[in-house]
Amino acid sequence: MVEQEGFRRYVAHIILWIGIAIVAFPVYVAFIASTQDNALIANGQMSLLPGGHFFEVYYQTIFVGTSGSTREPVGNMMLNSLIMAIMVAVGKIAISIISAYAIVYFRFPFRMPIFWIIFITLMLPVEVRIYPTYKIVADLHMLDSYAGLALPLIASATATLLFRQFFMTVPDELLEASRIDGAGPLRFFWDTLLPLSRTNMAALFVILFILGWNQYLWPLLITTRDDMQTIQIGIRKMMTTNDALTEWPIVMATAVLAMLPPVFVVVAMQKLFVRGLVETEK
Amino acid sequence: MANVTLRNVHKTYTGGFEAIKGVNVDVGDGQFCVLVGPSGCGKSTLLRMVAGLETVTGGEIDIGGKVVNQVEPADRDIAMVFQNYALYPHMSVYNNMAYGLRNRGMKEAEIKTRVEEAARVLELSAMLERKPRQLSGGQRQRVAMGRAIVRQPKVFLFDEPLSNLDAKLRISMRVEIRKLQRRLNVTSIYVTHDQLEAMTLADILVVMNGGQVEQIGNPLAIYQKPATTFVASFIGAPPMNLMSTRADEIKSQLGGRAGEAGILGIRPEDLVITNETPSGGVALSLTVDAIERVGAETFVYGSRAPDAQRVAATPGELPPGEVIVRIPGTEAPAIGAKIRVAAISNKLHLFSGDGRTRIEA
Amino acid sequence: MQKQAIFKSKLLPYALVAPQLAIVLIFFYWPALQAVIQSFLLQDAFGLSVSFVWFDNYVELFSEPAYFETVVRTFIFSFAIAASSLSVALLLAVMADKPLRGGAVYRTLLIWPYAVAPPVVGVLWVFMLHPSLGVLSRYLRAAGIEWNPLLDGDQAATLVILAAAWKQISYNFLFFLAGLAAIPKSVLEAAAIDGARPMRRFWTVTFPLLSPTIFFLLVVNIVYAFFDTFGIIDTMTRGGPGKSTETLVYKVYNDGLIGGNLGSSAAQSVILMIMVIVLTGIQFRFVERKVTY
Repeated sequence: MVEQEGFRRYVAHIILWIGIAIVAFPVYVAFIASTQDNALIANGQMSLLPGGHFFEVYYQTIFVGTSGSTREPVGNMMLNSLIMAIMVAVGKIAISIISAYAIVYFRFPFRMPIFWIIFITLMLPVEVRIYPTYKIVADLHMLDSYAGLALPLIASATATLLFRQFFMTVPDELLEASRIDGAGPLRFFWDTLLPLSRTNMAALFVILFILGWNQYLWPLLITTRDDMQTIQIGIRKMMTTNDALTEWPIVMATAVLAMLPPVFVVVAMQKLFVRGLVETEK
Repeated sequence: MANVTLRNVHKTYTGGFEAIKGVNVDVGDGQFCVLVGPSGCGKSTLLRMVAGLETVTGGEIDIGGKVVNQVEPADRDIAMVFQNYALYPHMSVYNNMAYGLRNRGMKEAEIKTRVEEAARVLELSAMLERKPRQLSGGQRQRVAMGRAIVRQPKVFLFDEPLSNLDAKLRISMRVEIRKLQRRLNVTSIYVTHDQLEAMTLADILVVMNGGQVEQIGNPLAIYQKPATTFVASFIGAPPMNLMSTRADEIKSQLGGRAGEAGILGIRPEDLVITNETPSGGVALSLTVDAIERVGAETFVYGSRAPDAQRVAATPGELPPGEVIVRIPGTEAPAIGAKIRVAAISNKLHLFSGDGRTRIEA
Repeated sequence: MQKQAIFKSKLLPYALVAPQLAIVLIFFYWPALQAVIQSFLLQDAFGLSVSFVWFDNYVELFSEPAYFETVVRTFIFSFAIAASSLSVALLLAVMADKPLRGGAVYRTLLIWPYAVAPPVVGVLWVFMLHPSLGVLSRYLRAAGIEWNPLLDGDQAATLVILAAAWKQISYNFLFFLAGLAAIPKSVLEAAAIDGARPMRRFWTVTFPLLSPTIFFLLVVNIVYAFFDTFGIIDTMTRGGPGKSTETLVYKVYNDGLIGGNLGSSAAQSVILMIMVIVLTGIQFRFVERKVTY
C-alpha cells in the first residue's frame, strides 16, 4: 500500500463521516420522532433532539398498537416476523443442504435435470408469479398461517449452489476414510459433512434470517388477519392514506423495532454476514 | 493376519481408459509390499481397488483366502493411511481414532484401551484432545497411522503417506513405519513414487508402469538385475546410464553381444575413472560438462563425443550421450577435462533394443 | 460437477432431493405455468366465463401507451438508482480501503442499512421528506423549492430513487471493498513508482481492475431496482401520484391483485419472467463464471 500524506487522510476521514451521516440520518430522524408527541410532529414542528415520550411510545407500540389503524400490538407482529424468519432460514438451509448432498455425493438418473430444475428457480422470483402462487396457497388452505408464510419461500437455488460448491471442496479422502471406518451415507452426512458445514450454515443463516425478516410482498399477499401480519405489513397498514390520522411516533417506533433485529444480526455477526453475502452471490 | 493375492486384476474406466492391464501380485502374510512407479502408472488405483474404493472390472482380489471383489471397504478388514491423511477436521485426535471402532459397535472401554495403546506407541498421548489443525504435519501423519492401528486390521494400506512431509521428517517416519510394521506383523501394501522409500521399506517391490507390472521381487535383486530399461532407470538415483550398443565405441568393446542386445546400461556408481580397459568391460571417453559435489560423493556429468554416440537405439528415450559417473567426494575432475571411465564386465546390463527384455551374459 | 468418490444407493438420493423438488414444483413451476396459461385467457368482468384469446392480452398491453411508459420508467429508475448508489458506494469504499485508523468501525457503520427492509426504508424517507411534516422539507421550502412529492410526480420519483439508492449503498460498498482488497497492492505500488499520482492511479489502475465488480454490481442493482423496490414504493407512494412511481412489478400487482385484470397481469408477469431470465443470463454469462459444470 502506498503511504498517504496527512492531508489526504483527513479528506478520507471527512468523506467517510459524511457517508455515515447520510446513511444514519433517516434512522436518527425516525428514532427522534418515536420519542416525541404526535401533535408536535403533525404540525411540522418536530425537533431534532430526543423528546420525552420514549417509554410511553414504545410501551404502547409493543403492547397495545395504534389506536386507529391496525390496533395490533407490534410485539405480536415481531413474533410473527421472528417465526417466519427462522422458519424460512432453517427451512432453506435444511432442504438445500440435503439436496446438494444428493447431487454431489450420489449418481442417479435425472440428477442433472433435477439440479437444473432447482437452479432455474433463480429466475422465478415471487414478483413474476404473484397471483397464481397466491392462488395455490389459497387452494391449499394455507392463507393466514405460518406454513403459508414460510413454506413457499424455502426452496433455495442459491443455498443449494453454495452447499454444492462447498461439498466439492471437501476432500474425497474424507468420504473414503469414512467408508473404511464403516460409515454409510447418512452417517457420513451426519458425523462429518454437517459438522464441517457449520460455518457455511451459520453465514447462510445470517443472510437468510435477514431475508426472511424483511419479506414484504409475500406476507402482504397471504395475510389478511391482523394477528398474522408481520411487522413489515403492520407498518404499512399504520400509514393510513389519510396523513392526519397517522400516529407518527408509533409508526416510527415500529420502524425502529423492525430494523433492530436484522441490524443487530449484521453488526454482531459481521464476519459471518459478510461471508454469507459474498458467498451467496457466487 | 492374511495374504493378499491379486489375480489378473483389470480396471477399465467407463470412458474406456484402461488403468490396470492385468496385474498379478502375491503378498505373503506379514510382508511389506511396495508399489512403486511414476505418477499415472496405476499404483494408487490398484491400492484403492484393494481397499474397495474402486471397483474391479476384471480378475480377483483375494484377502486372507476370500475373494473380496464385491465386499464393502468397511467389511474387508483393512485400514488405510491417505496421502492427505483424511483426518476428520472437526473431531479430536481421540475421536478420529475411535470413530471407526464406534461405527463397528465396539464398547467404549475397549475403544479407550486401544486408542490409548496406539497413542502411546505413536507418542500422541499428550495430544488426544487436540483437533487435527492444532497438530504439525508429522503429528497428523501419526494420527492417521493411529487410526489404522487401532482397528487391528488384516491389512494396512498406505497411499503415499509421507509425501506431504518435509525431507527430514520423511526419513524418520519411514523408519518408524517399518519398525511398527515389523512389530505388529501386519500385511502391508504401500504406494509411493519415491524409489528410495520403495527400496528401503519393501520386502517385495512391485515396479509398475502404464498399468502393468514391470518387475516384482526383492528390492536388492531388482536393483541388481532390472528386468527392463524402465526399471533400470526408475530404480536407483541417479538413474542408470543407458546407451545404444550400435555406437562404434561400445560395439567394438562388446563384440558379438552388441548385436544381440540393443541397449547397454551402466550404473553411475559402477563407473570408475581409469585409463585401463577391463577385459569384457566397457570404457568410455567423456568430456566433463558439470560437477556436483555433495560431500560424501561427487557426480560427474560427462558427454561422449558425438561421433561415438552415433545413433540412439530408441530416439527420445535414451539421453543423447550424457553419462553420469559417481566418484568419491574427495575427487573432482575439472570442467572441460577429457576423462576415461570404465565398468567391469559383471556390472554391465544388456537389454533388447526395445528395452523390454534383459539379456543375461 | 461431481465427486469421484460417491455413495451407491438407489432411493436415498431421491428422498434427499424430494422436499426441495416438491416445493419448487408446487410453488414455483406450477404458478409460473399458470401465469403463462392465464396470459392467453380472458375472463369476463364477473369472472363467470373464460375464453382462450391467444396473444390478445399481449397485443392489448403493447398497444397501451401506459405500459410503455411503465417500461421506460422502470429502466430510468433502475439506472438512476444504480448510478447514484454505485458512485457514492465506490467513493466511500475507496476512502475506507486506505489504511486509516478506525477502518473497521467505518465499515460497520456503513454496512448496516443492508438489513433495513424496503418498506421501512420507504417509511423513513417519506417521513423525512413529507411535504407538511418532514424535517428536511422545511429546508427545501426555505430554499424556495415547491416541495410536494404527494402531488408532484417527478418529485415522488426522485424520492423513490433516493430511498432505494440509499438502501443499496451498503451492499455496493461491501462488494467494492472486497473488489478493492483483491487488487494486488504491488500493482498500485508499481504505478506509484511509475510516477502516477493518487487520482491518476485510481483512474488508470484501480478503476479498470475494478470493472468486473462494477459490472456485476450494475446487474445486481438493476435486478434490485426491478424487484426489491416494491416494498419501498408500496409504503411511499403506492405507485402515485398518478402513475408516476409505478414500476413493472408494481403494475403487475396493481392490475392483477388490486384491479382484478388477471389476463393482463399474467401477460405482464410473463414479460417480467423473460426479463429476469435475460438479466440472470447476463449475470452468469458475463459477470461471474464461477458456476462451471
